[in-house]
Amino acid sequence: MNITVLYFGSLREQRGLAEERIETRATNVSELFAELSAGHAFSFQLDQLRAAINEDFCEPTAELADNDTLALMPPMAGG
Amino acid sequence: MSRFQLSNEHFEPASLRDELLRLDAGGFVAFEGWVRNHHLGRDVTSLTYEAYPPLALKEGERILEEAIESWDILDARAIHRVGPLAPGELAVWVGVCAAHRGDAYEASRWLIDAIKARVPIWKHEFYTDGSDEWVDPTACHCAKHPHPHHH
Repeated sequence: MNITVLYFGSLREQRGLAEERIETRATNVSELFAELSAGHAFSFQLDQLRAAINEDFCEPTAELADNDTLALMPPMAGG
Repeated sequence: MSRFQLSNEHFEPASLRDELLRLDAGGFVAFEGWVRNHHLGRDVTSLTYEAYPPLALKEGERILEEAIESWDILDARAIHRVGPLAPGELAVWVGVCAAHRGDAYEASRWLIDAIKARVPIWKHEFYTDGSDEWVDPTACHCAKHPHPHHH
């Protein structure tokens, strides 16, 4: 299936882009992050990040569906 | 209208305060977060706030609704800047009105902490020595700050 992945803050810089569309066989957030981590030097583990599917926060175990948008977010630092 | 907003440009707190004026309110508490010219001993020249706008607006709204349900307050608003800012500029504003001051103070304190912890916004700081860093509030700075304190 195809997933759009959004990266923010320092994770965006580590990935070198803000958004990408990828084809994957991963079924949930955790599997997809493992797949992405294997190809890129991220300084974060998944438990240090927040994830959102289609603009709603989700757990690492959340299942992905074709054409979902997954946001990967480092620790929030507003204010 | 939505209670939580993001702004790409300077905003005037006076107009936000006016939205909270009402005859059944006996008090109003505001918190302003300003851009500081130093962070962990380094001199800050500027910073940039990056947000994930659709989720930031949704989560900010949820936080304000939670405050209104949890304290005896009448209304609340918050606005956060995004984009480049210089020291001295207004970064975030939280306003709460209530019949009595106690809950207004408590809710406003909870609100700014919740906004910092939960709204998807990130701070990229630039320093006088030419270096830059993405601020990570979860990182440990124990060596530099031996005394317990809140960020």
